[in-house]
Amino acid sequence: MLFNIFQQLFHTFQQMIHTFRQMLSYPFLVNALVVGILVSLCAALLGVSLVLKRYSMIGDGLSRVGFASLAIAYAMNAAPLLVSIPVCVIAAFLLLRLNENSKLKGDAATGLLCSGALAVGVMTISLTTGMNTDVCNYMFGSILSMSKSDVRLSIVLSIVVLILYVILYNKIFAVTFDETFAKATGTRSNLYNMLIALLTAVTVVLGMRMMGTLLISSLIIFPALSSMRICKHFSSVVICSAMLSVVCFVAGIYFSYMHSTPTGASIVIADIIVFLLFVFVEKIKER
Amino acid sequence: MSLINCKNVSFTYEGNIVLSDLNFGVEKGEYLCVVGENGAGKSTLIKGILRLKSPSEGSILAGDGLKSNRIGYLPQQTMAQRDFPASVYEVVLSGRLNNMGVLPFYKKIDKEDAVRQLTFLGIEDLKNRCYRELSGGQQQRVLLARALCAGKELLVLDEPVTGLDPVMTAELYRLIEKINKVEGKTIIMVSHDIQGAIMYASHILHLGKTQLFFGNKEDYVHSEIGMRFMGGGDVV
Repeated sequence: MLFNIFQQLFHTFQQMIHTFRQMLSYPFLVNALVVGILVSLCAALLGVSLVLKRYSMIGDGLSRVGFASLAIAYAMNAAPLLVSIPVCVIAAFLLLRLNENSKLKGDAATGLLCSGALAVGVMTISLTTGMNTDVCNYMFGSILSMSKSDVRLSIVLSIVVLILYVILYNKIFAVTFDETFAKATGTRSNLYNMLIALLTAVTVVLGMRMMGTLLISSLIIFPALSSMRICKHFSSVVICSAMLSVVCFVAGIYFSYMHSTPTGASIVIADIIVFLLFVFVEKIKER
Repeated sequence: MSLINCKNVSFTYEGNIVLSDLNFGVEKGEYLCVVGENGAGKSTLIKGILRLKSPSEGSILAGDGLKSNRIGYLPQQTMAQRDFPASVYEVVLSGRLNNMGVLPFYKKIDKEDAVRQLTFLGIEDLKNRCYRELSGGQQQRVLLARALCAGKELLVLDEPVTGLDPVMTAELYRLIEKINKVEGKTIIMVSHDIQGAIMYASHILHLGKTQLFFGNKEDYVHSEIGMRFMGGGDVV
């Protein structure tokens, strides 16, 4: 009986390996896997800080700005990433500034930016190319949308984000845990906040075309939330969410390949399942 | 020269004066307690000393080469921190960040100092515990250890005993006194708890939108304002 189960499991595993082999024979899927894994890593690492600093919605706001700038870039026939990355970085700085010192509170500012940028994007598209399947791709993501130069740029940028994250890790922890203390004791918190915003903006732009404007923030929020259920050290939260993010991404891509579902949505569903699993484990541990 | 010297200092919030005409100095090794009612400007003064807010008038001078990386700070806890997933060791070690310079990682000496402060406060057994699972008093001690890691000369404590039970309060005061006497660090503490302030501090600064009293503890106890604020023990 037990032997039978093992045999079946082994069989399924073999089938999965086979499917993966098949997937890897398509160059666009290989590109999607490489870029996706790198971007998921970046998003998960930064996500821990953003969620803990109560900036979870910043990803959403930035992705809408990214959407608008992509639409404008296409309308002007410019290289999409080269336009949208600087625009998003500027938007991220503005959002942080607004959060720090104004009567417009953080969530309201993000909300304004979300709908405002989306409207600009939709208007641009409808006035130039017209609403078509492209818009759907923007919104919900498509792994086919990456050109060769995009892939190269994405790989380079996400590796840069990863390296910067590792170098700044201790400082990011300090400004995440207690910004006032860090500032009072001589750490330049504003600078590191800016850097976090910059890295987030780059990550969002890189990830949004695969995940879609509407779904990119799940890449930032879910892994961090899941791992916070169980992990008790900051370092383990970071490592756990990085691993979860990659696992969910690969699982999502696999499912989307097998059943031809949209990639972004499949990845989010995988994230939701993992999150529920972790909540369940936490409840059991509490007993 | 004094460690901190305030000359004609005033603070404003959006045009309204919240604190005016402060003139006082803190010498090395002193234990200054800042008292006053709610809204008297105590937290504003702390922000000024920590250079988080600049005075609208006058100047706060730091003497003896006191830079902000020689100052330790025990802030009031925020809601976000209470459920923060971090180990005690990670939190305490982050106090050493201002000694790190341009290097990205902590050195051995930083890690040793973190452990030393944990031992000094008697919480080395909490080292690998999760911060959010500790009691309020334990969390406060962890933050104090972090402040000790950061502050080699001056410690600024903002309402350190708020929300603690009497036993924990006494314990924390004892620790702060030890830091002042044994380690020789200068202490500036903001407190509601006037009894505790009188018991341990060497100097008192009484605020009420402006400077109502500054001087020795002994003088304060016998001053009119001191007697009134301490609960009218002078009536009889």
